[in-house]
This record gives sequence, structure tokens and C-alpha cells, in this order.
Amino acid sequence: MSILVIAEHDNSSLKSATLNAIAAGQAIGGDITVLVAGSDCNAAAEQAAKAAGVNKVLVADNAAYANMLAENVSLLTAELGKEYSHILAPATSNGKNIMPRVAALLDVAQISEIVSVESPDTFKRPIYAGNAIATVQSADAIKVITVRTTAFDAVAGEGGSASVETVDSAHDAGTSSFVGEELAKSDRPELTSAKVVISGGRGMQNGENFSLLEGIADKLGAAIGASRAAVDAGFVPNDMQVGQTGKIVAPDLYIAVGISGAIQHLAGMKDSKVIVAINKDEDAPIFQVADYGLVADLFEALPELDSKL
Amino acid sequence: MKILVPIKRVADANVKVRAKSDGTDVDLNNVKMAINPFCEIAVEEAVRLKEAGTATEIIAVSLGEKACQEQIRTALALGADRGILVETDVDLQPLGVAKALKAVIEKESPDLVILGKQSIDADNNQTGQMLGALTGLPQATFASELKIEDGKAVVTREIDGGLQTVSLSIPAVVTTDLRLNEPRYASLPNIMKAKKKPLETVTPEDLGVDVAPRLTTLKVEPPAERSAGVTVADVDELIDKLKNEAKVV
Repeated sequence: MSILVIAEHDNSSLKSATLNAIAAGQAIGGDITVLVAGSDCNAAAEQAAKAAGVNKVLVADNAAYANMLAENVSLLTAELGKEYSHILAPATSNGKNIMPRVAALLDVAQISEIVSVESPDTFKRPIYAGNAIATVQSADAIKVITVRTTAFDAVAGEGGSASVETVDSAHDAGTSSFVGEELAKSDRPELTSAKVVISGGRGMQNGENFSLLEGIADKLGAAIGASRAAVDAGFVPNDMQVGQTGKIVAPDLYIAVGISGAIQHLAGMKDSKVIVAINKDEDAPIFQVADYGLVADLFEALPELDSKL
Repeated sequence: MKILVPIKRVADANVKVRAKSDGTDVDLNNVKMAINPFCEIAVEEAVRLKEAGTATEIIAVSLGEKACQEQIRTALALGADRGILVETDVDLQPLGVAKALKAVIEKESPDLVILGKQSIDADNNQTGQMLGALTGLPQATFASELKIEDGKAVVTREIDGGLQTVSLSIPAVVTTDLRLNEPRYASLPNIMKAKKKPLETVTPEDLGVDVAPRLTTLKVEPPAERSAGVTVADVDELIDKLKNEAKVV
């Protein structure tokens, strides 16, 4: 088997989600090649070459790949991917954007968000917001897969010494262009890889009150998340959303504050190792998945927690 | 401008669906069915473009069993002008759906295809992207804002780090995220009117497409259950448990 892993990166550095996808590649077994498509992306490629278990890194450095526009990167990936038995990407917004396009170009199915590898053609994946786990088998020659990063422990980011090869292929579909982006700037860990996550819900009442979570997050080295209700209400931006259609997290400790626990929120966090729920409604469904439940007014409990930690 | 809105019939979002005890599938017996929430957002966006004078016609298309007509009627009640059902009993998967939609596009030549980013049953998040690849059209997935400017679709997308804006030549494929709009409710008069709107039925064979599934589901099982937790009396007990029992702080 030969596996092509599409790197998640920002040109200057490799994102840790790539290391989870490489781990899924190892679970399948076979030679692992990492494709770094970008512009001025040699730094990211060098990091990919150091990742454990990688045999080769392909670098496609071209302006057309600068912003990972799906139209262009999918053409490149489908062209290179013909030589492999599996094409993997982490199920990030880039991975989800690009991989179905790759699969369709190759006339094969795409398998979304696998959580385990049963055999090289059989995988488990959650359906119905994680209320059921399906085992699916692919009959296609090439398996195009996105990997739920929380389900595979990252390989080491250091210690490898893969060869780096340049790919000259330039695909510019000419149908889409990058206009701009507004990225959240934060000194906190990334939500999807943080060891501790503290999330606020509708019970926070407004965006300003999210500052009550910050002191605790600082003390615990936590990322701050939110429920869909809090994002829909405009308290906080979309990149903080944890849930079925937001980010999937599985930290060592997840603290849900003022979150009722709708199915679609639970889908995004119920694989956390330890779950704490703080909610004044003792009947809130979040308590059914919490290891430790505290029935309390969050406006009293949070300052107390902050001062005593 | 003509807009095609593909929609899917799924179990209602408020139903907690469970695996059958024999492990063959999920149990959808007597489960209320509805239009997929992201598809509803897609219909709403198309209707708003029509109300703004940008769009002239909205076609709702669904694929699957005959009962999908109900969801097409819902879209018609929300403001779509006519419907197309691609009727089949086959276990539809995204690649097959995208192939059928491509055939519909070749017939209808829409300027914009707006569809939900994912269905809440299979959670695949694939069909729009696959349709883009098969037709060679550009795509903007996870849209939170859509504007038509100077013959281009300018779309703000919800991405992992925040928001990204892209500009697409038209025709284009757009998939909806939660914050694109808040769908309206269909009024009773509009539900009545929807019954008289045209709804055409075709088959995959009529369209000349192969919708056979590529993936076989071997088993469907419940997820690992979390064992019941404990209620703590106060913040002190919580901190004590986290430090000494769970050892996570």
C-alpha cells in the first residue's frame, strides 16, 4: 500500500492535524508520502520531512496553491494521487473542502471523518451526530479519506528524515480567487489540539461574560470554545464552535459552562476524557455525559473556580 | 439568474436516532422526517436572492424515494418555483447524487447551485464539492455570506481559523453554513400554493447516470457509552475531584 497524506499548513509551519492524519496512514500501513501544496511553503515541507513515519515529502510550490483554493489543489492532488492506494487528509475545513473534489475527479467515493482503521479497505466513522458508528467498506481502487484528528494520536513531529522532492505541476483552474481572510488571533492553544477546553453556552448571556472563562483558561492552559447557541447569538465568532458541524475536540479535560447539551454539541466533545458541566438547570442533558456535574449559577461558580485554582 | 437548490430528506434534527439492535442500520421506523436543516438554509438564501431581484427562478431538486416529494413541497412553500424529484430506491451516496445533479445542471443550466454543506444523517459533507469537481465549477463551501457582485459570487466562508472570502466566476456551487441566514416558516397560504407548483419526476436512468453505491455498510453500532458521573456539591469538591480523582489539573 502507498499512502498520500495532504498536509495542513500555513506555508510557514505544519499544523499538528497533519500528524494525526499520518498516524491514520500508519494504521493502514504502507509507505507514507506527504504532499505540501502551497506558496513559499518550504518551511512547512521541512517540518513535514521531520515527522515520524514519513518516507517522502512532495512540495508543490506555486502561487495557485497559496490559499489552498479547492479548485486548484484538488486538480494537483488527483493528478498525483493516481499513484497511491490511499489519499488522506485531516478533517479540517481545508480537508473537507478539497477531498470530496479529489474523490470525484478520480471517480471514487470519499470516506469522511474516519475514527478507526479496521483494515486497508474498511473503516469506522460516526453518523447521525455520533449517535451511531458505521463500519464501511470501500470497493474503489483508491480510497480518499478524511481523518477525525481526535481519534488518532499524533505521530512525533521530530525525529524523521524523509526525502523532499519538488513537484512542478501547476494547476490553476482560473475560476476562483482569494479575496481575504479574518483570522482569530489568540495566544491560547488551538481548540482541536488543546489538552484542556473550557466552553461557554447560551447561559453566558453575552460576549463580554466570556471573559469569566479567560482567567480559568489561563490557569489551566486551556482553549476557549462555545456552543452553537452562543455563536448563533453572536456572543463569540464561529471559529470557537464545538459540535457536529463545528470543531470536534477530545481533550483530557472539557469544562462546559452554561451549555444545555444539545445532540449536536455533544457530538463535538463527548469523546473528551473528563467532562465537567456547570449549569444551573439540573435537568440539562449535559449532565448525562458529565463525569462531574456542578449545579450552580455560573456567575458565582466561575469567579470562585478562578480564585481557587 | 436561475438557482438550483438540491435538498435532502432526513430524520428530523430533534430526533435522537439509534442503531438497530441487529446492527444492520439505524432505526428510522416511525421517525419524523424533514428537510435537512442546511438545505433549508440553502432554500432560504435562494428565496432572498429572488426577493432582492437577483434571481428569477428557483428549482428545488431532491433524490430518493417517492416520499422526498414532501420535502420538495416544503421548499416550494418556502418560495421555490418548481421541483424535480430524481426517484430511486437505491442507497444513494454523495458521488451518485453529484452525478445525477450534474445531469440536472446540464439540462437546466443554473447560474448558481446552493446546497447544504452536509446532511445531518450521514454527516458526509461531500456532495457540493463533488458536484463542483464533476462540472468543473468553482465552489465556496461553508458560506456565511453570499453576495452577487459584477457577475461574480463573493462568498465569506467559515473556516477553522475564522472567516475567508473568495470570489467565484458564475456559474458556481455554494454550500451553506449555519450563519448564512435564519430560514422562515412557510405560511399556510404558501403551503396551499405549493401544492399547485410543478413537480417533475425523473429517474437516474432517464438522466443516464450510474448512482450505484461505492461503499458498503457492514455494521452500524451504538457509540461507546459514557459511564454515569457524579454531582458535586460545590466548587471545592469539584477542584478536589479534578486534582485527586481525575488528576487532570
